[in-house]
Amino acid sequence: MELLWDGYIEPLVWIVAKILAIVVPLLVAVAYLTYAERKVIGAIQLRKGPNVVGPFGLLQPLADGLKLFLKETIIPTSANKGVFIIAPMLTFILAIIAWAVIPFDEGMVLADLNVGILYLFAISSLGVYGIVMAGWASNSKYAFLGALRSGAQMVSYEISIGLIIISVLLTTGSLNLSDIVRGQIGGVWEWNFIYHFPMFIVFIVSILAETNRAPFDLPEAEAELVSGYNVDYSAMTFALFFLGEYANMILMSGLCAVLFLGGWTAPLPFLDFIPGAIWFILKICFVLFIFLWVRATFPRYRYDQLMRLGWKIFLPLSFAWVMLVATFLVVFDKVPA
Amino acid sequence: MSFIDRTARSFLLAELVSGMALTLKYMFKPKVTLNYPYEKGPLSPRFRGEHALRRYPNGEERCIACKLCEAICPAQAITIEVEPRDDGSRRTTRYDIDMTKCIYCGFCEEACPVDAIVEGPNFEFATENREELLYDKDKLLENGERWEAELAARLEADAPYR
Repeated sequence: MELLWDGYIEPLVWIVAKILAIVVPLLVAVAYLTYAERKVIGAIQLRKGPNVVGPFGLLQPLADGLKLFLKETIIPTSANKGVFIIAPMLTFILAIIAWAVIPFDEGMVLADLNVGILYLFAISSLGVYGIVMAGWASNSKYAFLGALRSGAQMVSYEISIGLIIISVLLTTGSLNLSDIVRGQIGGVWEWNFIYHFPMFIVFIVSILAETNRAPFDLPEAEAELVSGYNVDYSAMTFALFFLGEYANMILMSGLCAVLFLGGWTAPLPFLDFIPGAIWFILKICFVLFIFLWVRATFPRYRYDQLMRLGWKIFLPLSFAWVMLVATFLVVFDKVPA
Repeated sequence: MSFIDRTARSFLLAELVSGMALTLKYMFKPKVTLNYPYEKGPLSPRFRGEHALRRYPNGEERCIACKLCEAICPAQAITIEVEPRDDGSRRTTRYDIDMTKCIYCGFCEEACPVDAIVEGPNFEFATENREELLYDKDKLLENGERWEAELAARLEADAPYR
């Protein structure tokens, strides 16, 4: 009995508590990211954004959520019901479980995997399944075309993201996300984005494409595809796609913060007294702001331009950078142990 | 030289950076939003909104039932019936405007020789059903009483240009 409690139940309770401690704030963050998006884009367009529901419109995300929750879930008669229902769940779950390996602070990580970055990469690659399944199961041409575009886009940009991650790994010598952050301790001049600046820019652009955000939001190009792979979704099934997309944005911002912006480390050594988690959240917010800022600034790419950028510019560029970094490390005998 | 210049610009993302700088600058400019139900924009004295039938200051109806408005109405939204009143003056017994037909052209107001039918500044008269938009004489006179102060001020402001 004691073994059962100490060996199984207690750890289980702890793990569930930890998971909730990550997922609940994450969902709140997703809700308020939609609010921040509307406010930031509103401000850039000289509008006010939501300001009616609650003080400064702060309850708007709750109102939106409630609306989606209370609506009827419509399943088209021609849809493949099982896949149609599973697709949004898959998208949402994949966006959530990737957070297991993200270190919020020294030791504040759910699963300190030695291959954390591989896990993260694998999960984000699986994300395309949800979208392809949704597009296929809807049995509608708009959804299908949206899913095809989205699939091709995510696969293309994942390759350059992979190569960028390799060049960071070469300088750090570890696949563990916490170790990658530890390698950047000591202030802003130790952060990877200084040494890998071109790759930092390429990475930011690639995560825009990877999360299907403007200016690479071709899968949901309203002008030609109505809204892409999620046209036929309504109510909670749609809400899950929406949550998944925004959770993915936050995840990719977190990954960017870990790889390039020094994770939980303070930008200047004397600012160490502020908890690392706060620095990490601030960095995520910074990258998210770039997401919104870019969305408010640039028009949508054409599909062939998107593919050209991914395959003809980013892929050779990131590949050349990997070569450069590897050569540099070997020639100057700086290969991390 | 122009090739180097062009290549450098495209590799340094010059256009993208300047575009983003512009949007960032706009983010801190004052907002132009009008909080509509609480704040309203200015209206011209010639604004053509909801109709009203006016009275003279002594309470007598202005309308003399000449039917010029009915005749000129391009949408044929106005229906008027006339009978002499007990004191012998010519008055309407019926003055209906079908607001679902009205195109708000303002011809009735222009045709009226006694400034009786006018289009006022009110544009917020949405109703929950169609029937409420079939205005009769009582409704129009009531509008006239409700908006008289503003209607008179607007007519006066516009009079020099008529």
